[in-house]
Amino acid sequence: MSKNTEFVKFDKVDKSYDGKVLVVKDLNLNISEGEFITMLGPSGSGKTTCLMMLAGFETPTNGEIYLDSNPISNIPPHKRGIGMVFQNYALFPHMTVYENLAFPLRVRKVQKDEIDKKVDKALSMVSLSGFESRMPAQLSGGQQQRVAVARALVFDPAVVLMDEPLGALDKNLRESMQYEIKHIHENIGVTVVYVTHDQGEALTMSNRIAVFNDGKVQQLSSPDKLYEEPVNSFVAEFIGENNTFGGEVTDISKDVCKVKLQNGEILANPISVKSKGDKTTVSIRPERALINPKDKMDNNQTGKIEEVIYHGDHTRVRLDLLGNKEFILKVPNSSNELDLKLGNEIKVGWNSQDARALDPK
Amino acid sequence: MSSETKQILTTDGIPLEISLKKAERKNKIKAFLLVAPLLLFLIITYIFPIGEMFTRSIDDKMITNMLPKTFKSMETWDGKELPSEEVFASFLSDFKILVEKKEHGKLAQRLNKEKNGFNTITKKLFRQVKRNKIDETQNIKEQIMKVHKRWRNVEYWQAIKRTAPPYTSAKYLKAMDMYLNEDNKITQVSEDRRIHRILWLRTVEVAFFVTVFCFLMGYPIAHLLATLPMKYSNLLMICVLLPFWTSLLVRTASWMILLQQQGVVNDFFVMIGLVSDDNRPEMMYNKVGTYVAMTQILLPFMVLPLYSVMKTISPSLMRAGKSLGGTPFVAFWKVYFPLTIPGIGAGCLLVFILAIGYYITPALVGGASGTLISNQIAYHMKTTLDWSFASAMGLMLLGGVLVIYWLYNKLVGVDNIKLG
Repeated sequence: MSKNTEFVKFDKVDKSYDGKVLVVKDLNLNISEGEFITMLGPSGSGKTTCLMMLAGFETPTNGEIYLDSNPISNIPPHKRGIGMVFQNYALFPHMTVYENLAFPLRVRKVQKDEIDKKVDKALSMVSLSGFESRMPAQLSGGQQQRVAVARALVFDPAVVLMDEPLGALDKNLRESMQYEIKHIHENIGVTVVYVTHDQGEALTMSNRIAVFNDGKVQQLSSPDKLYEEPVNSFVAEFIGENNTFGGEVTDISKDVCKVKLQNGEILANPISVKSKGDKTTVSIRPERALINPKDKMDNNQTGKIEEVIYHGDHTRVRLDLLGNKEFILKVPNSSNELDLKLGNEIKVGWNSQDARALDPK
Repeated sequence: MSSETKQILTTDGIPLEISLKKAERKNKIKAFLLVAPLLLFLIITYIFPIGEMFTRSIDDKMITNMLPKTFKSMETWDGKELPSEEVFASFLSDFKILVEKKEHGKLAQRLNKEKNGFNTITKKLFRQVKRNKIDETQNIKEQIMKVHKRWRNVEYWQAIKRTAPPYTSAKYLKAMDMYLNEDNKITQVSEDRRIHRILWLRTVEVAFFVTVFCFLMGYPIAHLLATLPMKYSNLLMICVLLPFWTSLLVRTASWMILLQQQGVVNDFFVMIGLVSDDNRPEMMYNKVGTYVAMTQILLPFMVLPLYSVMKTISPSLMRAGKSLGGTPFVAFWKVYFPLTIPGIGAGCLLVFILAIGYYITPALVGGASGTLISNQIAYHMKTTLDWSFASAMGLMLLGGVLVIYWLYNKLVGVDNIKLG
């Protein structure tokens, strides 16, 4: 049996808190069963509101949310059967780890030995067996986080929501937790809706990412597509690093267009420009532009080195190129024969395919 | 093991502990000097008066100083039959000194408290002594016994002996409606004279119910305060604190205006037809008045500790409880409520302790059935001038509060308390 591709469905959902400003505008989003979907966006973009509507703590001002084809707007949170991991974990501080995990089972009147079994299983899943009698305050941040994940999963919910669960952890722990959560998801196949403003987190964990801005989903696609083929300049800007040129289309064919800049002209890949005279922002990923390209590339420019920053595995070079003083290049550490000195002029080239002409900023 | 017992030395070879103490000493002295004024103040205004109250409440030295020889000679008396000639002789000599100092009246008063009937016989003895009717060369015992037949009654001599110790528990027993009878046994006073025990019980009852009412009303308010947006919660907080900024007397007086039989509340009840005009309920000068006024006055003491605890409870905990499948009630009862217990404990303890010693409000709106033990204390301080009795009752109140505190510590734990 094929998986339900509309397991969770936002149908024309609007949300406003004060009747004046729409926090979420006309949201249409389908989430398939077993999918790990991330809502990514800057703060205030409406992503957490969407999550809260799904959990039942906020009601949509307009539209309907469906869970497994059932409208859920009128179902209170405790009857939705949705697990949730909160930003600050929200572990019950007066209960032991065991009691925290047993809570959702006890309110469902599960038998005592069944509870023991499930709690055991959930704790071993997050590799915290033996911590049953600890109080949350006696655990480190990472351990509390895992207890929160285990608690959201212990009652076998159909959907688990995670609201920036890793925000409070330090960098190393955050990375290892990312993999851990990803593996748990792969193992038990639960549908996960994950909210974060950390694009790295979103890229490593998700099946699909919905990029939010200004109450709207700007792009919904797989991580690689999102990074390689952003559909508008906000997504290109928000995900990963990005070099941009603002200009005007002077010539356009099927898969290449000419963009006139303030001082120069480049070839680009027309994504959201339709005709001559359109204003556009051209976006090029730093790693797609090469120094002294050996292959023939259709864009060749010369830039002046403004800044060199050593990063260990790579070196970041900031150039003044075609009037853009913030043009970034990433030079891998293997190319040590290059002469990267401040003020040097170097040749830079890129393919027009990788220069995406998007909507103007 | 050896590394534990081995002394650790600083780089200069001084033992580490000594070096540390030396370094800390200056700070300790500074800290002590900073708290010294308060400490001194507390000793003068709190610990010293309580000690003074205690000695006053058990003090019985006056009579000990009046009859020194009598008590000395009574030491060998078994107290079963009339005492010997020696006791009578020393009593007479003590009495003569008192007559010279004109203090025999005080003696009569004190002895009469111990046993009724001493007034008459002391007066009679005084007259005989004044007229020099008693010949000290003759048998004094015979002569005194002739003065009045009660002097022949062994019970009166037993009563004198009972007053011998310089300390007495009589005031404490009196506060419990009890006394020491002739056989040195604790006995209850006759039923129609038992007033204190009723007052004690009423005080505890009123304090308890005021605490309960304050809790029932304060909990939702505190919750609202803690969850409302700042804009509204500040306004509400001012409403809660407003009573704090108004004089206690003014507030009590305003309750009197509201609650009296021709008052605002009764007028309103008549207007909406709840009661008929000639059948207005008494809401003042009884317990109802005391409850209403005290609950209103003590409410902030419940709300503030609760609020400060509730403010620290993250709203996501309730959400977590709900998202995990708990109904709103279960989420409240299993998650929110247990976390507010430190605040509940602090608020209840505070309100109860304040209520148990409350004075002005019950005095003004309580009437006869609404007065509390503190009113009785004030009565003895100001009207009967029996300060030792007032001290005894005050100390019993203090003891009661300490017992409650101890119980609270046993049940909830004092470190679990959160006052603000």
